[in-house]
Amino acid sequence: MPNLDIASKLALLADAAKYDASCASSAAPKRSSLGADGKAKGGLGSTEGSGICHAYAPDGRCISLLKILLTNSCLFDCAYCINRASSNVPRARFTVEEVVTLTLDFYRRNYIEGLFLSSGIIRSPDYTMEQLARVARELRVTHGFRGYIHLKSIPDADPLLLEEAGRHADRLSINIEMPTEIGLTKLAPEKRLPNIRRSMGGLRAKIEDAANERKASPRAPRFAPAGQSTQMIVGADAASDVEILQTSVGLYSSYRLRRVYYSAFSPIPDASAVLPLKPPPLMREHRLYQADWLFRFYGFSLEDIASATRGGMFDTGIDPKLAWALANRAQFPVCVNRASREKLLRVPGLGAKVVDRILVARRHGRLDIEGLKRLGAMVRKAMPFIEAADWQPGATLDGERLAARFRPPPAQLELFG
Amino acid sequence: MTRHSVVLGGPDDLGGWLAAAARLAAAGIAPEAVEWNVREETASLFGAEPSPLPAVEPVAAPQAFRDLARLALCHGDRERFALLYRLLFRLQATPGLLSNRADGDVSRAQILAKNVARDRHKMTAFVRFREVAREGEVPAFVAWFEPEHHILRLTAPFFVRRFASQVFSILTPAGSAHWDGTALTFGRGAARHDAPDGDRLEALWLTYYANIFNPARLKVDMMKSEMPVKYWKNLPEAALITPLIRDARARMQTMIATPAATRPARGPGYAPIAEPAGDLSACRACPLHAMATQAVPGSGPDDARLMIVGEQPGDREDLEGKPFVGPAGQLLDEALRRVGIDRNTIYLTNAVKHFHFEPRGKHRLHKTPTRAHVQACSPWLRAEITTVEPDVILAMGATAARAVLGREAPVRASRGHVLHDAEHRRVVVTWHPAALLRLTTREEKRVAWAEFLADLRLAHEIAEGSPFTSPEPTNPDGHPADALAARGISGLPAGSAGR
Repeated sequence: MPNLDIASKLALLADAAKYDASCASSAAPKRSSLGADGKAKGGLGSTEGSGICHAYAPDGRCISLLKILLTNSCLFDCAYCINRASSNVPRARFTVEEVVTLTLDFYRRNYIEGLFLSSGIIRSPDYTMEQLARVARELRVTHGFRGYIHLKSIPDADPLLLEEAGRHADRLSINIEMPTEIGLTKLAPEKRLPNIRRSMGGLRAKIEDAANERKASPRAPRFAPAGQSTQMIVGADAASDVEILQTSVGLYSSYRLRRVYYSAFSPIPDASAVLPLKPPPLMREHRLYQADWLFRFYGFSLEDIASATRGGMFDTGIDPKLAWALANRAQFPVCVNRASREKLLRVPGLGAKVVDRILVARRHGRLDIEGLKRLGAMVRKAMPFIEAADWQPGATLDGERLAARFRPPPAQLELFG
Repeated sequence: MTRHSVVLGGPDDLGGWLAAAARLAAAGIAPEAVEWNVREETASLFGAEPSPLPAVEPVAAPQAFRDLARLALCHGDRERFALLYRLLFRLQATPGLLSNRADGDVSRAQILAKNVARDRHKMTAFVRFREVAREGEVPAFVAWFEPEHHILRLTAPFFVRRFASQVFSILTPAGSAHWDGTALTFGRGAARHDAPDGDRLEALWLTYYANIFNPARLKVDMMKSEMPVKYWKNLPEAALITPLIRDARARMQTMIATPAATRPARGPGYAPIAEPAGDLSACRACPLHAMATQAVPGSGPDDARLMIVGEQPGDREDLEGKPFVGPAGQLLDEALRRVGIDRNTIYLTNAVKHFHFEPRGKHRLHKTPTRAHVQACSPWLRAEITTVEPDVILAMGATAARAVLGREAPVRASRGHVLHDAEHRRVVVTWHPAALLRLTTREEKRVAWAEFLADLRLAHEIAEGSPFTSPEPTNPDGHPADALAARGISGLPAGSAGR
């Protein structure tokens, strides 16, 4: 490996890290550098529950954490990955001290909320995990760093090393990579789904045990208090949208994940010949996130979501909630002044916050369209599906052209692939 | 109509506004009769004179109103003072008013508060400190920021909590905040040239910004909605946005057009530990493996004289890969202790080795395995029975009873007796501990717990080779709820009990 300066290493190791979608800095326990006495406690940083996105790149992704790899050298040869063993990309490696200094320097200038550190697998899973855990320990113990730390966990690493990582990190994550075992075996020959699942199961057990112990004794050590998340690559294998969501639903329930990230497979420099080189399916990725929310916050079951697809795939032209409503018109219209929360959550154009506001506001009197606008509803979208004090949808609900009305003109779609 | 004029100490003078508004509202002064001014804004124009406030006991503003006013008052909208006063005035007649967001005034105030909260949040995100060296002292950090609303006082404490051990100043056109390591003070407005114009880390920050960007995914509108253009002038990285967007398409096309890697994969770099073929961990005989974490094998000595068979692993067993470690396992442990059986001397396993469940949000609901699952898994159970050759098998629950006996054996009718399987092994059938946990009435639980202990005792006696005696009538063995409470186990989430 050539001797590179920090800027060259940063360029390579940030470039190598950008295919990990997660940049969340939320759900950490509250920490402050100011004592209860109003004096500085020493150390650096704070967390206040919700994350902060310090910048946005023109790809629309937030920059909250310094997201880098410790090294992009890797023993694994995962076809979809820019850092796979058989790629010709130049390799670089940060020292533990370099990562620590860069994190602190960026943090002091308010560029970032903290660090998201991942790594290629070098020497062995244990060696790699030990290096990652060491960065977190240096930051927390030596420098009193109270910002956010997210570490990528290596599935086959020794549980004791994960223990150490979880003591200092707010969040740990293990990527499931592919929606199906067939896809994983084909594209990531060194990875094993059972090992990934077992590691996620182990993390969940540790996270819950630590949380329970802290309820009993506030001095008990923490373990990844901001939980675990994972990422799935979309469009590199043949899995359908419903298959992808089925995997997510299983993962959420089995390992209590905070998030499943969907990452549209994107062309990479020096790509493997196995994979389709085309613009990433960004709209497909977007629809998957929307469906994920319907499942997590809107009471939709996997069957409901599947009924809004054709052959297991969402129509990229309209969002899944609208697609479900159009496919289930008999469920509408819903009366905003009488319907239950569950029914209201199914209405296109009414978000969860707006629904809660409706439930409170309608105690003061019957809601009309103007009132709904004030509550923040997307009235134009909702109107064919609701009844309000001054509104009946009439024939529009059955109109042939209802679906067409919501569909964007074709030219606009192309931009999103 | 007498007009009342109030002059506030500053554009974000919440204390002054509340003190005046609470008295005016108490005196029933109509919103139209009050004129709100800010000292620095009016002094040079007309020198507005404040009217004396009514000498009445001020109304108490509810907390929800204070929270709303704290944010909305910092808005740049000149009408904010009047709007909030109208709300406070109307609250006197309609105490629940604030929950009605369909009301025009409430809705407007919420919008102002939301705008301010957003501006405040963006300030915590977009302030960029630059380092200033100081002779003989630690460096200071200075930032220039232009907020849209009057949010400096509202937001400065955030930076103190974050950077308490740093010395810093935040300069804005309307005022400045200074933290010297011990106290937060506010001063006059400043100009851009009062702040440093560079920092030694900025080049690295720009390197990071340029390289974390993926040119294959342009979503410029998304970026602009979250990082509005109005903030760009004070963000050093924003200078890169235009060139990055300009070159993005060509960079992606190059990646797509470049022929695939020619370098052959390196030799065996890392060989993962794969499950051996023919091993339980590699079993794909039924679909349960696809959702479960792992197959849970039986555990215990190969020469155990008592084998206990349950239904299937539960949530916890699935995570840990060991049988009977969840709530049902803990109840079983308690029963073993009462009967005097050392868990290490018996063999524990399940009829089905993978957890069958239904995902429900962040939980898994136990589902009874189907006949097909039991059938697919029976070679594993048979192999365990053949290897261990126990003197007696305790089958817990109907699924285990069917799997062990090879025929239907409802627990209520079969329990309490010594039965025999097809190879004439002795089998005792009993309740599954998870079923005990699900019983609702105390009396049901007491009876079932006593029966469970009696059946366990019967199996134990057979395994110990004691002369066979019919089970004693139930004795004061207590109650499963008490047994659990003694072990610190209380309410169990529905459906998550291990089986």
